[in-house]
Amino acid sequence: MRFSVRCLEKRTVALKPHVPFALHDPGRVPLAPLPVEATYDTDAIKQNLAMMLRIRRMETLSDQSYKLKKIRGFCHLYIGQEAIPVGMENVLNWQDPIVTGYRDHGWHIVRGGTPFEVFAEMFGRAGGCSKGKGGSMHMYNVKNNFYGGNGIVGAQVPLGAGLAWRFAIENPTAPKNVAVTFYGDGAANQGQIFEAMNIAALQKIPVIFACENNQFGMGTSKKRASYETDFYKRGHYIPGIKVDGMNMLAVQEGTRWAKEHCLAGKGPVVLEFDSYRYMGHSMSDPDSAYRSKSDIQAVRNERDCIAQIKNFLVSEGVMTTDEMEKLDKQIKKEVDQELIKAEQSPPTPMSELYTDIVLGEQYSHRTCQGTVWNTA
Amino acid sequence: MISKFSRVFSKVDKKFFATYRTAKDIPANLEREKMNLFTAVNNALDITLQTDSKALLFGEDVKFGGVFRCSLGLNEKYGNDRVFNTPLCEQGIAAFGIGLASTGVTAVAEIQFADYIFPAFDQLVNEAAKYRYRSGNQFNCGSLTIRTPCGAVGHGAHYHSQSPEAYFAHTPGLKVVIPRDPVQCKGLLLAAIRDKNPVIFFEPKALYRGAEDMVPKADYELELHVADVVKEGTDVTLVAWGAQMRVISEAAAMAEKDGISCEVIDLQTLYPYDLDTLCQSVNKTGRCIISHEAPITCGLGAELTAAIQEKCFLRLEAPIQRICGYDTPFPLVHEPIYLPDKFKVYEGIKKAVKF
Repeated sequence: MRFSVRCLEKRTVALKPHVPFALHDPGRVPLAPLPVEATYDTDAIKQNLAMMLRIRRMETLSDQSYKLKKIRGFCHLYIGQEAIPVGMENVLNWQDPIVTGYRDHGWHIVRGGTPFEVFAEMFGRAGGCSKGKGGSMHMYNVKNNFYGGNGIVGAQVPLGAGLAWRFAIENPTAPKNVAVTFYGDGAANQGQIFEAMNIAALQKIPVIFACENNQFGMGTSKKRASYETDFYKRGHYIPGIKVDGMNMLAVQEGTRWAKEHCLAGKGPVVLEFDSYRYMGHSMSDPDSAYRSKSDIQAVRNERDCIAQIKNFLVSEGVMTTDEMEKLDKQIKKEVDQELIKAEQSPPTPMSELYTDIVLGEQYSHRTCQGTVWNTA
Repeated sequence: MISKFSRVFSKVDKKFFATYRTAKDIPANLEREKMNLFTAVNNALDITLQTDSKALLFGEDVKFGGVFRCSLGLNEKYGNDRVFNTPLCEQGIAAFGIGLASTGVTAVAEIQFADYIFPAFDQLVNEAAKYRYRSGNQFNCGSLTIRTPCGAVGHGAHYHSQSPEAYFAHTPGLKVVIPRDPVQCKGLLLAAIRDKNPVIFFEPKALYRGAEDMVPKADYELELHVADVVKEGTDVTLVAWGAQMRVISEAAAMAEKDGISCEVIDLQTLYPYDLDTLCQSVNKTGRCIISHEAPITCGLGAELTAAIQEKCFLRLEAPIQRICGYDTPFPLVHEPIYLPDKFKVYEGIKKAVKF
């Protein structure tokens, strides 16, 4: 029997992202130079493309399902920003805790979840990642240190700094892991973020404050909400780096820069991703009120993360266009099947209404007659 | 500077608007227009900005009209100086509102969803509520009004469905008001804005499009601290507010078929509330049911129950019941089970009558 030996080839390329790296150096700790090149391995990068396609297909199906009223509630899509989780996870490992806001579907599958768990959660089924009790905004994976999925804007940032505190205490000069806490350009004006940054700097907590700047806080452009729109500078006394969030390799190297900074015991760092979302803030947001279709199309043509990676792979000779088309179709089929599986999965049982409120609960369902329903 | 303001102030004080005790007292001959709840809010805000040159409207995304269209067209009409967006910071919005109000500006601040009001909780409870008291009436932020959509909407889940009125009704120094339909909404909102105390005005978001009525086009106010007897009856008193009014009205209609006559009361101002109207009714009927979406333990129903039984003990024929949401976080898919619907209220009515 013959089988071809796959060579995992590691290559290095020069990095020339559309949005160049920028550094904010407050002069308190020594900083490494900005990344100029990216290393990738030919097999892993194919997996990266597959993951980005998977996220995009999953989000597109979520959009359709929402419009068909199969998903109720709120649904915030990640389309356009796929390079961020995929690029970061090339550098992070699953012992590095992460916490994000409500735009979390992509993160769930990048952290070891499946599209079935995402769809089932949004449909309110028992097979969902949070037993169908959380919905679109509350996806978690305790095994792989994915702390979710949070609805209140900005509230997750101090929580994320707290996740990394343990690493600082256990090993102050060379922490074992970093935590990454995400927030958007809209959330960047929440006071609690600055409280978290201050404590993180004082205690040299190895946390990456990752700002996903997709240019709009729902309907308000960043210029109208923030006096300083260079979010990587908003850490003030905390160093910051600006990264092209639509270029997966730039994301990867920017994350590597940030992680190495934290692991050297130098304290927190701000990482701003210059990114863009093609859909509205959520399914209830007709984004025609604050931007034009041509603006979205322009970014899509020039900087789309999936198109960039595809062009890169062809020019590097890693994949042919035919192979990529095949991959596209394969991923599409795979995710479509997960959707069908989720649609047919059983609903969350009614007992889940009053479980998991507190541990060790004795819950009495009060009604005028004393019982809610007969649980046979 | 001061004289200019006082001249403007006296213009508003001239009272070219009428104040009615309840919606029933609005004369029938007033010219009316079909409005739903968000149009009524929009109309009230328009009138405020027109008649009070010191009025400002601000909050997240209010400039393009707001997520519920309550401020539609107002920025175009009154300009960026009077209708403007704030960054995403509820604590900042409330605190700035308090600051503005303490200089005499009529600050109408919007908190995009009542679920997001908690970062502002410290400012509202510790600053806004206590300003007049701790300064011996030298300062106050009476011209502050916080408007915020609240309540279940069918798919809001944990963070777009909460009814936090109880937290604020527990804070002396604040007033809490909630309308049940467009006619009430316009009158109560204008009264709340013009009231010389900080008011939190909850707007049931399910009714923004869902509730429609012929609303008077004129400038009018409805009195605060007045509970509205929507329907008179003799056997059971039903008390609720906001979107829950529809639920108890439907339950009352179901009970009517069984020959039970319910008196349906809308509390309207939740704090300080009109205990006299409630007691007058319960003294007549001898039975009372209070219903609200918020969790039952320590909800406003608990306060009303205690206050009513204290005054009406000897006239009660049955224990006062509270038919409310369960003591769980507001659920996602289990919302229909969680909510106190008309069937639960109907059961309560039957239980009260059979006691």
